[in-house]
Amino acid sequence: MDVEILARIQFAFTIAFHYIYPPLSIGLGLLMVIMEGLYLRTGNKVYENMTRFWTRIFALTFGIGVATGIVMEFEFGTNWATYSRYVGDIFGSALAAEGIFAFALESGFLGILLFGWNRVSSRVHFISTIGVFLGSMFSAVWITVANSWQQTPTGYKIVGEGIQAKAEIVDFWAMVFNPSSVDRLTHVWIGAFLAGAFLVLSVHAYYLLRGRYVDLSRKAFKIALAVATVFSLSQLFTGHRSAEYVAEHQPAKLAAMEGHFDAEGPADMYIMGWVDKESQTTTGIKVPGGLGFLLEQDFDAPVTGLNAFPEEDRPGQVNAVFQFYHLMVAIGMTLIGLTLLACFYWWRGTLFEQRWLLWAFVFAVVLPQMANQFGWYAAEMGRQPWVVYGLLRTSDALSNVVTANQVLFSLIGFTIIYVILLALFLYLLNKKIKHGPYDESDIDDRPLQENIARVAGDQI
Amino acid sequence: MKYLILLSFLLLTACGTDPVSGHSTVAGIDYPTLWFMVVGAVFTGYGILDGFDLGAGAWHLFFRKEKSRRIALNAVGPVWDGNEVWLVIGGGTLFAGFPVVYGSLFSAMYIPLMLFLFMLIFRAISIEFRSKEPMKWWRQMWDVSYSFSSTMLAFLLGVVLGNVLLGMPLDDNYEFTGSWLSFLNPFAILVGFTTLALFMMHGAIYLSMKTEDKLFTKVNHLLQRSIIAFIILFIITTLYTLLYIPHMSDGVKDNVALFGVPVLAILAIANIPRQISKRNYLKAFVFSSITVGLLLITVAIELYPTIILDTSGAGNSITVYNGVASDKSISIMLIFVAIGGPLAVGYTAFVYKTFWGKVQLDEHSY
Repeated sequence: MDVEILARIQFAFTIAFHYIYPPLSIGLGLLMVIMEGLYLRTGNKVYENMTRFWTRIFALTFGIGVATGIVMEFEFGTNWATYSRYVGDIFGSALAAEGIFAFALESGFLGILLFGWNRVSSRVHFISTIGVFLGSMFSAVWITVANSWQQTPTGYKIVGEGIQAKAEIVDFWAMVFNPSSVDRLTHVWIGAFLAGAFLVLSVHAYYLLRGRYVDLSRKAFKIALAVATVFSLSQLFTGHRSAEYVAEHQPAKLAAMEGHFDAEGPADMYIMGWVDKESQTTTGIKVPGGLGFLLEQDFDAPVTGLNAFPEEDRPGQVNAVFQFYHLMVAIGMTLIGLTLLACFYWWRGTLFEQRWLLWAFVFAVVLPQMANQFGWYAAEMGRQPWVVYGLLRTSDALSNVVTANQVLFSLIGFTIIYVILLALFLYLLNKKIKHGPYDESDIDDRPLQENIARVAGDQI
Repeated sequence: MKYLILLSFLLLTACGTDPVSGHSTVAGIDYPTLWFMVVGAVFTGYGILDGFDLGAGAWHLFFRKEKSRRIALNAVGPVWDGNEVWLVIGGGTLFAGFPVVYGSLFSAMYIPLMLFLFMLIFRAISIEFRSKEPMKWWRQMWDVSYSFSSTMLAFLLGVVLGNVLLGMPLDDNYEFTGSWLSFLNPFAILVGFTTLALFMMHGAIYLSMKTEDKLFTKVNHLLQRSIIAFIILFIITTLYTLLYIPHMSDGVKDNVALFGVPVLAILAIANIPRQISKRNYLKAFVFSSITVGLLLITVAIELYPTIILDTSGAGNSITVYNGVASDKSISIMLIFVAIGGPLAVGYTAFVYKTFWGKVQLDEHSY
């Protein structure tokens, strides 16, 4: 295999693996802030146990997130040296800002969040939890800004030619607020909140089904359900806004997402389907003219199709972009359905009697993760053949001095290490979940009032 | 507040433009030089902070008892992640400010950097996973992994530094033209071992501050040895540099005033055993931190204005001037550093203050 394919596989693999963890850190961060806030407000020990339990799981996801994240920062230089020289001014400054503003905050307070329970006041501890959460949110800001600039570059000028060409910042705020960054950032944040909320839902649904930690789990489930409902609905809006920016600024990507080939003319919107690139046909369940309606509120509105672009400027994997995009949307709709249904039963007061629904939540933990992954696949594969849209081709962005054998070596290394890492992560996560928020045998030794509170809580 | 206004006023009046290079300046220092100082300061911070973590990790297997190992691990437990952030910031500031160096150096050092990344992952997960199971084999496995990865990280940092000191053949696009194996040269390996010895000394002093009783005695014993090992390796490296890499001493020769920095470094080194014999470990730690700092500053002075010397003879060296980002980008990032730098130092100080003193194990410890 040639160096380009190997480098792309390595980058895709390492970033996809990395991206299992940051959304969990952001999402669990939000939940932990809410739980610990409730603890400080009510003084109820249940919330403290809940916070401590999720902090332990957070530590696990955060640790792997950090370990696999540094890889990404180095890979730009090691595998994509030409790209690094080209975008250093812009992408580099976003990464530097991430380090200075986000990571320093996040990692600084992490030590206190994890080990400081007995060393600082509960208020300072809460501030540390907020600090870690905000750090992870800022981190998403800078990374999404950097990636969005690759999708919709603005605020730059090109200097130099050939291999020495590079983009220089002209207008910093135009670079930060490029046409896609705000919509994509909110989409990324909410995707992360959903990943965290559905992990909490899954674990506590499991406890409820097993009849363990019933009071704590009911409370935690409701907190996470509220978060999941609000954000699965709002994800519709950010998703729609993202589609609009893609239509305006990356028409070739939109055409690939919907399998729309005709250069002009009305475009159908598919619920599901299959794209055959050779015969330029898309078959499936569709809303005729639906895409035009979605974008322009007009079923006859023309939408630019793939044939409006020369072959070498179109995404190569049209069907893959189509499928990933549609799977993401389908999962998003499923999440809305699940959370609304659960809210309905909550309102009726029979939420925790719906065992089948709780089982659905146990397994739904993978859905937001899949949606996050697929969304990124569609976004990044849809940007091809460009690494910086319209400016720099992926094939021109490589490190010229790195050989296929070197990349093969590192790719094999990462594959082995990440397989071990994933296995250990799942093993330890499972173990922590089995172990639970506190030792159940202790419960009878607790003060009587707490037991009463526990029983009363069960009936709410 | 009034001082802040005064300070910003002074800074603003100090801004100008260099008539020769055309770069913007602050207090007469042009942006490329200023950013070189920022990147240097961040990597120096990284060397001082992660240096003691890595050193402590390298000693890990010397401690035999389970409790000793837990204490040693928890001495770095709450801070290692914050320390590693300095590497992330260092990578970011290098990428942003000197993209040519970042691209060319990192792609030239592909194999050592990939090994470095693998080791970084192993160190992180060893710390995280070790305490999660009680089985003896499980803990022993992560102890070995933790100690090996820490040792390799210190060594590999030295190897990359050694190669930067030596320079490398570059073409007119500043692309590396040497063999992928050339990173393993005797000088780089020597610098690798010297860095390891320095960090092990630094780590042992840190552990002396964090331990008590028998473990403290043991750490102290190891500390004595590591000082001797470091001083011997330091002398060999210095002689090797002076004899075989003349371009490295040019920076100091050109500007005799800068001669003071290496002299101060040697004084700082000499002070470490003195403070230890007085049982003043905090001061010894301050001096070993100063040693790490001054040695890196010496390296920076000797390199400047070149960052990567072209050894092919074609004169394609990457300097702070031809490898730098735009003035606009630097000016933005200087603002980032002015705001974020004090914040980052603040969080770091707060965390160290919270966990000050001897290690006490509780239910949250690793």
